Amino acid sequence: MPKASIVMFSGDLDKSLASFIIANGAAAAGWDVTIFFTFWGINLLRDPAKHASKPKTTIEKMMGMMMPNGPDAPKISKMNMLGIGTSMIKGRMRGLKVKPLADMMKDAKELGVKFLICDLSMDIMGLQKEEFSGIVDDFVGVGTYISESENANITLFI
Amino acid sequence: MADETIDVKGLSCPQPLVETAKKLRKMEIGKTLEVIGDHGPSKKEVPEAMTKQGQQVLSVEEKDGIWHVLIRRVK
Repeated sequence: MPKASIVMFSGDLDKSLASFIIANGAAAAGWDVTIFFTFWGINLLRDPAKHASKPKTTIEKMMGMMMPNGPDAPKISKMNMLGIGTSMIKGRMRGLKVKPLADMMKDAKELGVKFLICDLSMDIMGLQKEEFSGIVDDFVGVGTYISESENANITLFI
Repeated sequence: MADETIDVKGLSCPQPLVETAKKLRKMEIGKTLEVIGDHGPSKKEVPEAMTKQGQQVLSVEEKDGIWHVLIRRVK
């Protein structure tokens, strides 16, 4: 089976939508798809209902509050205009019956897309494993991305 | 008549493809699925993706902008 490996770096709403549209299209055609969430991208996998188990430093707490929490939180990368642009895009998506990002992520999971989190990013962002949703398959290092990409037909950095 | 039918009219990229794949995964091997939609590119892309997956596309028909794709799950 063909294979796709995607690095989800930005975590922006528009770029995340593009990632999941590609991932779901490939998975629907029977491809093996792996998404590596790194840096800002890992915030998409946070679950607002879950909390850290170990105590956090003040900076870690601040970062946790400032970064988007979960798939409903990210903003578009251009024309956000203090959130007006993001609301406008979400409204247009509803009008066109495009699923929200959170639903696209559930579809991806159902079609067998693998969700991997870069554990270094998690440490840099001051987040802990317990804060992520059950959609995550594993916490890995760059070696896993390299070996997953070795035989990939496409690899994207988004 | 197909064993199962899904209506994806009004849905845009990549939803017809995703809904077809999700539905087919839940069906038994040998059963047929009819997909009815109106998203232009998906008329070509749904049969293409299902063929790549190793499924059998039995027919593709279109009338007045509504297409019907008939697929048999073979694997």
